[in-house]
Amino acid sequence: MKAKSRNYYLIPYILWIALFVITPILLVVYYSFFNIEGEFTFENYQKFFTPVYLKMTFSSFWYAFLITFFTFIIAYPTAYLLTKTKHKQLWLLLIIVPSWINLLLKAYAFIGIFGTYGAANNFLEVMGVGGKQILFTDFSFVFVSVYIFLPFMILPIFNALDKLNPSLVDAAKDLGASGWTTFKRVTFPLTLDGVKAGCQIVFIPALSLFMLTRLIAGNRVITLGTAIEQHFLVTQDWGMGATIAVFLIIAMVIIMLITGKRKGGVM
Amino acid sequence: MTEQPIIRFEHVTKQYDNDPAVLNDVSFEIERGKFYTLLGPSGCGKTTILRLIAGFIEPSKGTISFNGKNVNHVPANKRQVNTVFQDYALFPHLNVFENVAFGLRIKKMKNQTVEQKVKEALRFVNLEGYENREIKEMSGGQRQRVAIARAIVNEPELILLDEPLSALDLKLRTEMQYELRELQRNLGITFIFVTHDQEEALAMSDEIFVLNNGNIEQSGSPNDIYDEPINRFVADFIGESNIVSGTMIDDYVVNFTGKTFECVDGGFNKNEEVEIVIRPEDLEISSPVDGKLRVKVDSQLFRGVHYEISCYDEDGNEWLVHSTKKAIVGEEIGLFFEPEAIHVMRYGETEEEFDKRLEAYEEGSYES
Repeated sequence: MKAKSRNYYLIPYILWIALFVITPILLVVYYSFFNIEGEFTFENYQKFFTPVYLKMTFSSFWYAFLITFFTFIIAYPTAYLLTKTKHKQLWLLLIIVPSWINLLLKAYAFIGIFGTYGAANNFLEVMGVGGKQILFTDFSFVFVSVYIFLPFMILPIFNALDKLNPSLVDAAKDLGASGWTTFKRVTFPLTLDGVKAGCQIVFIPALSLFMLTRLIAGNRVITLGTAIEQHFLVTQDWGMGATIAVFLIIAMVIIMLITGKRKGGVM
Repeated sequence: MTEQPIIRFEHVTKQYDNDPAVLNDVSFEIERGKFYTLLGPSGCGKTTILRLIAGFIEPSKGTISFNGKNVNHVPANKRQVNTVFQDYALFPHLNVFENVAFGLRIKKMKNQTVEQKVKEALRFVNLEGYENREIKEMSGGQRQRVAIARAIVNEPELILLDEPLSALDLKLRTEMQYELRELQRNLGITFIFVTHDQEEALAMSDEIFVLNNGNIEQSGSPNDIYDEPINRFVADFIGESNIVSGTMIDDYVVNFTGKTFECVDGGFNKNEEVEIVIRPEDLEISSPVDGKLRVKVDSQLFRGVHYEISCYDEDGNEWLVHSTKKAIVGEEIGLFFEPEAIHVMRYGETEEEFDKRLEAYEEGSYES
């Protein structure tokens, strides 16, 4: 009786997952087998393994890697310092606040800052370096992406560091470890779960970025995300777009499996 | 016997911001090869002393020397001291072997040496064959031993133990007390043990420091501290005691509860107000006529080894008696005690003055 009524409560969730998770994935897979004329074919998959798309895949992974790497380089020390501050919850909030603002708004703000007559160039001119092309470069693309993803990396790392038992650090020092050795052998390994979670949260969306590639990188950086958008909205080749999406989904699953393993192994 | 003390605290004060001092002008010496206990209620500063010795914090004032050298600003990782933490602080991502080997690996010892030393340390704490276990697979008592092995494997001159037994159940705790004491004797390393459990302190130590409010109230062997507590706090904190106020009529003559008794303490002013301590086990039940005190039994508890009998005299003072004989509640009984059972305490006497007075009247008694 009880188990039965409990099953009824599951219905909304099952419906939700079926409608908004499983169906779309199946649709994507289904569309990937049709060409632009609506005929059933495998040629989309053949096309994916041509240099054009492989290069795009490579550049997607490369930029996602760069973005994740720089986000991590900035996020870990920031999270570490945050745990040492007095009002850490307040500081954390201040860092999280920008993530509440719409991505598009932030992108437009950066167009203003990095533009030819923007604040960044003004500053460079005052410094005597002279104006530079900042917008529509790899640098600005990675910079803005890192800025946007930063809070998502800081949060899990901060939580992991905050949970770390401080007497473990004392113990390592007590046993003769210097500050750096303590970090390398104790602090970092014990916060690795937070790092993995952070990398997942950043790497996967970074793989399919498309808005920023256009606005900040000026379509000079073509990633799989951009390609999907182009195929669906511009060339109307839904089949090819869906095929790329299938590969992205596979890539994400693989990344989840790699970074998500060994749950509960620590602590 | 003028061997240099391993640790010396000289007027050490520790204060955070403008809060009251956690440690207040504390001075003491720790000799090599002994088992020391820092005993006191929570917040008395005992853990602060430990952290100062370990090097996790620096003193606000005063000097700490290690083998005669000032170590005020020497960080923890540069000190020949190892700590057994209250929560053991074992590394959860490493197995038992790697936990114990941690200190040796930092010193970049050869693999073979590391293996040999870790095995030996584990044998010392009766954990042979547990090398490959994960920490989370170990019980509380076993973790405790791993923590001890991790400390002794580095062959430090001094091991600090921060309430290491407080998380264990009573039986295991008593067992570990014996083991720790034996381990210390076998290794010959100086142990400094922190606890709030007076029984533990009495059972294990060569020397006890009784702390209260950031001060050392008294230091000495367990016997000294139990038999000759310096003040009400120590008498009360160490064991059960009956404390009443009295007057010192003359050397070896004391008056309390309106009667005059012979005692073995001296060196006071005439008619000085004092406090009297008599331990419950020094009181014997007798008939009301034979007893030196006449009291009424108020309540009685069976404690296993003895009865704990609470009585009141005519002045309303409570007298706690530990006796193997049963008493009858509501009955009037006599309490008998030897002159040696009376311990007289002066109000506000420091440890230094106390020792001086003890010396003075003991010399005096030899002369006469």
